[in-house]
Amino acid sequence: MKRQDPLLLRCGLTAAALLFLAVFVALPLFAVFAQALEKGLAAYWTAIADPDALASIRLTLLAAGIAVPMNLVFGLAAAWAIAKFQFPGKNLLITLIDLPFAVSPVISGLIYVLMFGAQGWLGPWLSDRGIKIIFAVPGIVLATIFVTFPFVARELIPLMQAQGTEEEEAALVLGASGRQLFWRVTLPNIKWSLLYGVILCSARAMGEFGAVSVVSGHIRGETNTMPLHVEILYNEYNFAGAFAVASLLALLALVTLVAKRLLERKMRQDYADFKAAESAEG
Amino acid sequence: MAGRSFKHFSILPGFWPALGFSVLYLSLIVLAPLSAVVLKTTTASWAHFWGTITSPSVVASYRLSFGASLAAAAINAVFGLLVAWVLVRYSFPGKRLVDALVDLPFALPTAVAGIALTTLYTEHGWIGRLLARVGIRVAFTPLGVLVALVFIGLPFAVRSVQPVLEDLDAEIEDAAASLGASRWRTFTRVVFPLLRPALLTGFAMSFARALGEYGSVVFISGNMPMRTEITPLLIMTRLEQYDYAGATAIALVMLVASFALLLAINLLQWRSRRYAEAR
Repeated sequence: MKRQDPLLLRCGLTAAALLFLAVFVALPLFAVFAQALEKGLAAYWTAIADPDALASIRLTLLAAGIAVPMNLVFGLAAAWAIAKFQFPGKNLLITLIDLPFAVSPVISGLIYVLMFGAQGWLGPWLSDRGIKIIFAVPGIVLATIFVTFPFVARELIPLMQAQGTEEEEAALVLGASGRQLFWRVTLPNIKWSLLYGVILCSARAMGEFGAVSVVSGHIRGETNTMPLHVEILYNEYNFAGAFAVASLLALLALVTLVAKRLLERKMRQDYADFKAAESAEG
Repeated sequence: MAGRSFKHFSILPGFWPALGFSVLYLSLIVLAPLSAVVLKTTTASWAHFWGTITSPSVVASYRLSFGASLAAAAINAVFGLLVAWVLVRYSFPGKRLVDALVDLPFALPTAVAGIALTTLYTEHGWIGRLLARVGIRVAFTPLGVLVALVFIGLPFAVRSVQPVLEDLDAEIEDAAASLGASRWRTFTRVVFPLLRPALLTGFAMSFARALGEYGSVVFISGNMPMRTEITPLLIMTRLEQYDYAGATAIALVMLVASFALLLAINLLQWRSRRYAEAR
């Protein structure tokens, strides 16, 4: 093969790339676990079983548990409208859905403070009624929804656009109801991409720091998510504790990477199957 | 019916509920809160707004945020191309593991990355100790900000270039070689121009991400006034002092920069798609 590079160049470039990745990516990951276990397993368990740590884990799961399903429903609705129908303003809608990715996490928190904070638009109205959003759990949930907003939609839209409407139209002509259409035709076609979007969405929801930090108020045991708890422990020079909680988040990241890999293979298969079916039809 | 004139005819059900819900949810969660930034700024006087966004500490933060983000994006473009090249063209043991590892900065929560990098690069850390011997300090200097931003932006650069490199037609390079071009000449004259749009997109995405980044930077930067304060941090400190007008003014500057970048990235992607289709 002519495009094979000479052996020396190959080895040199591979070594340079691997060294770069080792120093910049693998070493930080390794450091998290090394620091977490530095004081031994007993200290590790104590840090994780600490009531404030457990409360932060519960809050993180709660926020993700609300944000992910909501963005999942939105992603399905938006992808259905955008991919299956023709209407003006479609491209604008796609761009607007991606907007939260372009916004700095700190600003993602700030906007809800401006809406619901004590000096915010709805602040006085809310405080008259005893409703607390900022420096409380609802604010954390809202900020989490915002930063994970596009994940599901942006996986589904291109796939459903590529798949077109023929299968759904055929099912409809054969007498399928709307519900059957969704569960029997659309969902099986998009299931892997949907799961992929949900996994990326969950990972980001549980790991978000900047946006949640702005709206949380940092009340221990009440409004601290796991990343915020890591920050507090770290700033108190409780490094072993900070890295113990951080190691749970790092494990979550590793699980996400593995799931991502497996799903990417399935998704490529989905696209390939679809292309094959299309070309068989002629 | 009004619907018929708005959308093209289709027998599929659920257009109005799906579109209606999407637009409502988008407006409530994203558009209304974002517009609060603009409206809040209009309530402050122009003099106060201008004074805030041009105060010395804020200008120093722009310089650091833009400078470090640009440098990080440039480093990521170079190493992103290198990593993508090695992953696509060569085979070596553990390649799939390495390929998966590239996405780690994407998946690892930023606060975790922040404390891990800080621990590595302080004077007692594994890397910081080695660098201290040659007189280089990383943690709590602008260099530390750069390290964090390189970490955070790497996947964008690699994943932009990788698919284009995979799809590159072997025949083009073979043709160049059979016409007598050297490997280097083939790379600079044939391969690189084909990769350039993707590389530029990766650069811009890495830059955009770095500009807004907060979690991974605040630990390693040390947040020293005028020296290592990034712009998002200043928004945070203004908020902690309940200076909402100040925080909002700085946020508006950042939003304008981010949206301009988003527009540029969309244009780049649109151009490279058109370019790919034309071939």
